[in-house]
Amino acid sequence: MSGAGESGEAAGADGTDDSENGEPPMAAARYADGSLGYPPHPLGPDGEEPVGTVDLSEHTARVVTWTTSHATPPGVREPNHVAIVEFTVEGEPVRAIGQLTEPVESGTEVRPVYAEELRDPGAGIKEPESQEWDGYRFEPV
Amino acid sequence: MEPVAVIGASMTPFGNREGEWILDLLAEAGVACLEDAGVEPGELEHLYVSNMASGEFEGQGGTMNALAHDLGAMPAYAARIDQTSSSGGAGIHAAWQSIASGASEMTLLVGGEKMTHRTTGESTDVIASITHPCEYKHGLTLPSFAGMTARHYLERFDAPRESLGKVAVKNHRNGVDNPNAQFRKEVDLETVLESPMVADPLRLYDFCPITDGSAALLLCPESVAREYTDDYALISGISGATDTHVVHERPDPTVMGGVVESGREAYEMSGYGPEEIDVAELHDMFTILEFLQMEGLGFAEQGESWQLVDEGYTDRDGEFPINTSGGLKSKGHPLGASGVAQAVEVYEQLVGEAGPRQVEADVGLCCNVGGFGNCVITTIMEAGV
Repeated sequence: MSGAGESGEAAGADGTDDSENGEPPMAAARYADGSLGYPPHPLGPDGEEPVGTVDLSEHTARVVTWTTSHATPPGVREPNHVAIVEFTVEGEPVRAIGQLTEPVESGTEVRPVYAEELRDPGAGIKEPESQEWDGYRFEPV
Repeated sequence: MEPVAVIGASMTPFGNREGEWILDLLAEAGVACLEDAGVEPGELEHLYVSNMASGEFEGQGGTMNALAHDLGAMPAYAARIDQTSSSGGAGIHAAWQSIASGASEMTLLVGGEKMTHRTTGESTDVIASITHPCEYKHGLTLPSFAGMTARHYLERFDAPRESLGKVAVKNHRNGVDNPNAQFRKEVDLETVLESPMVADPLRLYDFCPITDGSAALLLCPESVAREYTDDYALISGISGATDTHVVHERPDPTVMGGVVESGREAYEMSGYGPEEIDVAELHDMFTILEFLQMEGLGFAEQGESWQLVDEGYTDRDGEFPINTSGGLKSKGHPLGASGVAQAVEVYEQLVGEAGPRQVEADVGLCCNVGGFGNCVITTIMEAGV
């Protein structure tokens, strides 16, 4: 899983192109200064457009910090275990955030696992069509 | 540029204002502020309403126009300011700009929010809608960001869990003497530490409540202020700054860049440094935020603010009182009103109208945080002479 390097290039900058297993990539942007960012932004820290993407779903990460939320909004599982995690791709750190499959400790090694629907799109205040609702949870390796 | 003065201040009681809606609350604070300063509505040239989400909470739009009419302030220019939880601070910035630029000689700012008719889940979702889509789809909420940040802080700096609880104990103790606070009841550390878990390791008493309320300030040039009163405050420095929208993209989870940058610029404008601030109102929406702001504003070294709270340094009778009003924790947090109410407390401290909460203060600071540090306004005020 870890150290995928260029084989981890995602198919599309917006993360919508499916990978070989039929799941969309967890696309991080690669910027001209060599840094990575998740999610991708139209302009990077150097003020330039991304020059490529990396599929983080092919890497493992370490939990930086986590919490279990017991007071969740409509349409969100309760309790909701979430974490900030840090990947290292070719020596470059890049952080992401997301649900956990189970409680962990800081420093735990985790891998992304795809979920078609992370919360009920119709239960909250946002227009269901306004964004995507699938994504990657993190599970201990 | 002529100094900008604050000549009037007011706030409604904060709490569950059943049967009263956003327009009622705004009008109540607005009328009280004009009466406090002895200024007629017809003298207003600019009117700003700080409000985050009256449309989402209540279905009420156009609050600035409604308030202008309710106060009889036409034809004053009116605008609504939304900067999430820092809408109040952003309103101070807009009102200050209106006077400093010469565009207005009398500006009323009223901040308010009506929230308690919604369930906790619904209110949490309205607030969480400010997050990035990549955060929102995972069910991330502001309390969950606070939980993750608190865990990281405690682990990294070897701070005891009790230190966060002591922030809640202090601010509840201060709120007892604030007649407009939502909670006027002391809590002990044991109660805080045994309250229900909300976002591990943070518990119920680490969080501010859901609140209805409104607060107002009246601003004018210092030369105009002297026509009305001898007791006024000056806005010595004010600045706003942003940090990343996506919280995990910050290089250090325990540093809010917007706090650091807005504080630096406000200090520079005012000519004061952190060692010259006598009293501060910090945005303690969550107990951990009081630590992060103390450190970001230079009141403590990184990782050491908890020790100052532990030693009583920030108590009302300590060397550097923080949140004499009770803070958001005890006073309540009606989103658009909170930044204005912070300045109301500092104003009252500077003009000697804080009653039993009064401390010796010539210079005060407010830090109003939007989102989870996404937008921040820092304001420094001093007593007029």
